[in-house]
Amino acid sequence: MEAFTTYTGRAVPLRRSNVDTDQIIPAVWLKQVSRTGFDKGLFSAWREDPDFVLNQPQYQGAGILVAGPDFGTGSSREHAVWALQQYGFRVVIAPRFGDIFRNNATKMGLLPVVLPAETVEALQAGAERDPAAELTVDLEAREVRGADGTGLAAPFEIDDYTRWRLLEGLDDIGLTLRHADRVGEFEKARPAWLPVTA
Amino acid sequence: MGRTMAEKVYDAHVVRRAEGEPDLLYIDLHLVHEVTSPQAFDGLRMAGRPVRRPDLTIATEDHNVPTTDLLKPIADPVSRAQVETLRKNCAEFGLRLHPMGDAGQGIVHVIGPQLGLTQPGMTVVCGDSHTSTHGAFGALAFGIGTSEVEHVLATQTLTQNRPKTMAVTVDGALPAGVTAKDLILAIIARIGTGGGQGHVIEYRGEAIRSLSMEGRMTVCNMSIEAGARAGLIAPDETTFEYLKGREHAPAGVDWDRAVEYWTSLRTDDDAVFDREVVIDAAELTPFVTWGTNPGQGLPLGASVPDPASYDDPAARQNAERALEYMGLTAGTPLREIAVDTVFVGSCTNGRIEDLRAVADVLAGRRVADGVRMLVVPGSMEVKKKAEEEGLDEVISAAGAEWREAGCSMCLAMNPDKLTPGERSASTSNRNFEGRQGPGGRTHLVSPAVAAATAVTGRLAAPLDLGAAAGGSGGSSPQNETDL
Repeated sequence: MEAFTTYTGRAVPLRRSNVDTDQIIPAVWLKQVSRTGFDKGLFSAWREDPDFVLNQPQYQGAGILVAGPDFGTGSSREHAVWALQQYGFRVVIAPRFGDIFRNNATKMGLLPVVLPAETVEALQAGAERDPAAELTVDLEAREVRGADGTGLAAPFEIDDYTRWRLLEGLDDIGLTLRHADRVGEFEKARPAWLPVTA
Repeated sequence: MGRTMAEKVYDAHVVRRAEGEPDLLYIDLHLVHEVTSPQAFDGLRMAGRPVRRPDLTIATEDHNVPTTDLLKPIADPVSRAQVETLRKNCAEFGLRLHPMGDAGQGIVHVIGPQLGLTQPGMTVVCGDSHTSTHGAFGALAFGIGTSEVEHVLATQTLTQNRPKTMAVTVDGALPAGVTAKDLILAIIARIGTGGGQGHVIEYRGEAIRSLSMEGRMTVCNMSIEAGARAGLIAPDETTFEYLKGREHAPAGVDWDRAVEYWTSLRTDDDAVFDREVVIDAAELTPFVTWGTNPGQGLPLGASVPDPASYDDPAARQNAERALEYMGLTAGTPLREIAVDTVFVGSCTNGRIEDLRAVADVLAGRRVADGVRMLVVPGSMEVKKKAEEEGLDEVISAAGAEWREAGCSMCLAMNPDKLTPGERSASTSNRNFEGRQGPGGRTHLVSPAVAAATAVTGRLAAPLDLGAAAGGSGGSSPQNETDL
C-alpha cells in the first residue's frame, strides 16, 4: 500500500450527495482483471457532460475531491478506490462515507476524511471561488489546513491504528500473518458441525 | 448486561484482541465470484501465498454470465476473459467452482443458502455488498473489497472493529399483499441510505418472524442499501426447517448440537442496541422507488414528490437531480408511470417464492404490448424447481422471457441491459443512475408489483388488475390499504 503522510494540493468541489460506487466507476469497467487502467472509467457517465466539474480546466491535476454526504455508498467494488487513485486523487473529503468504500480506501492508501457538512460546504465554496487555492491534508496532525493567512484549520478523526498503517504504508496481510499461530489455535477449537465446501 | 445476537456471533469469532488494534475475526465461509477476485488472486501469486482454507471457500460465475445460449462461449471477450480467469484461479488454488452451465451455478448469494453452507452463527464474507443476504440465517455476513478478499484467501481472517448494533423492529402483521420487498423498501425510505452506517441491523418483531426464509433473505439483502454492512434475523423454527436435510447442513447428533447452539445466539432480553427503530407493519403497502437511490421510495398509491417539499438542501438537490434523470414530473401519480421493461431476478428477488409470486399474477394474463419482461432465476437449481412446478410455462405463456441463471439486468454486466432513457420496473436492489445500463431508469419493486406492472404497462399492484382471462392469477387475497 502507498503510504500517506501529508498531501498539499488543489481541491475539486463535487456538489452531489449519495455518490454511489456505480457512479464512481460504472459496472462495465469492472470486467478487467488487472489493477490498472481504471482512471478512464472514473465517473465515466458524468464525464460525458462537458460541464461536469472534472472536465473543467481549472480543476485538472487536483488531488483532493470534496463531495457531499454518503460518498461511496452501494457496491463493494474496490475499483472505485483504484479509479480515484489512478486519476490522481489522494484524498476524498465528505461528511459521511459508505462503510465498505471507506474501508477499501484505507486498505489502498486513499485517505477518506470525514468533516462536518458545514466545513465541507465551506471547502467546496473555497474551491469554487479560487480553484488554484491549495489545501494541506496532514494525517500526522489529523488536520485539513488552508494556505497561510486563510485561517482555515479543520481537525478530523481517524483511529490510531488506521492512521499508523497509512503513515507506514503497511500491508494488512503481512501484519495478520504474524499471528498465523493464533489462527491455527482458533481453528482447532471450531465446532465439528461447521460446513466445509470441499 | 446481555449481548445482542450480532455481538455474540462477533465475539465467538475473535481470534486475537489487542489494545489499540482492530480485532482479528475468523471467517467461516468465503464466497467468490469472477468480478472482485482476479486482482486478489494476482496478489497471492505475487507474494507466493496459498489459499489458507480452500475447504471454506466456494466460487461461482454470476455477474457476467449471459442468460441465453449457455452452450456458446461468452460473446463479450472482456467478460469471457474474466470468467476464464476465475476458472484458472480456482484450478490453480484448488477451489470448488460452479461454472456457467453447471447445475450448481447461480448468484453467489442464492447458492450459499441453497447448499446449506450458510448457517446461523457463522461469519460469511464475499467481495459483494449483498453478502448481507446471508444474515437471514443469523449469520454475520458482510461485503468486502478486493484487498480484503485477498486477506481472507491468505489468512481466513479479517481485521475488524466490533460493530455498533441497531434494532429495526416491525410490530404487527404485514397486511395481505404486502411483501418482504415492500417492507425493506419502506425501512430504507424511513432511515435513509446512510441510516444504518457503521451498524449491524437486527430485524425483529412479529412481521419479521412470520416471513419465510426467502422473505428474510430479501430483507437482509438490502441492509446495505440502508448503509448497514450487515443485517441479521434470529434463527428459529423457520430457519431450522429450511436448513434441515440440505447438502451441507449438519445431520444426526451434530444437528441437535448445532440447533442448541443456534438457539443460544438470540439477543438477550437485557441487551441494549445502540439504536432502535420501530415500524408498524399495519401501515405498510406496496412500495416502489421513484428516484435514483433506494431511499427514494414511496407507497405505490403516492405521487412523485415535489423537491421543494424537502427541508434538507442536500435531499432537495438530490430529488431535483433524480427527477431530471428519471424524466419524471412532481405530482404525477406513481401508478401513471409507464415502463418499457420489467426485470424479475437478482439476489434480492430471484428465489423460487419470488418466481411463484410472479407466476401467480401472470397466470391467464398477458404482458402488455410493447413491454419486455425478463424472468431470470437466481440459480440453476431455482430454475429447475420452477420448471418442475410449471412456472416457466405460465411465465412464457404470458409473453415474458424465461432465462438462465445469473445477476443479469440487476447490474447489466452481461448483455441484459436497458438502453438510454428506457424505464424499468425491477425486483433488484439498486436504482442508481445507469445501474441497469447507461441512461436507464429503474423503479425498484416487489415480484408481485413487477408482474402486475408487466400486465398493465404502468406501475401497478396485483389488486389493480381485473380478473384473469383464465387460470388462477390474482386469486390470492389482497388488501392494499392505499387504494
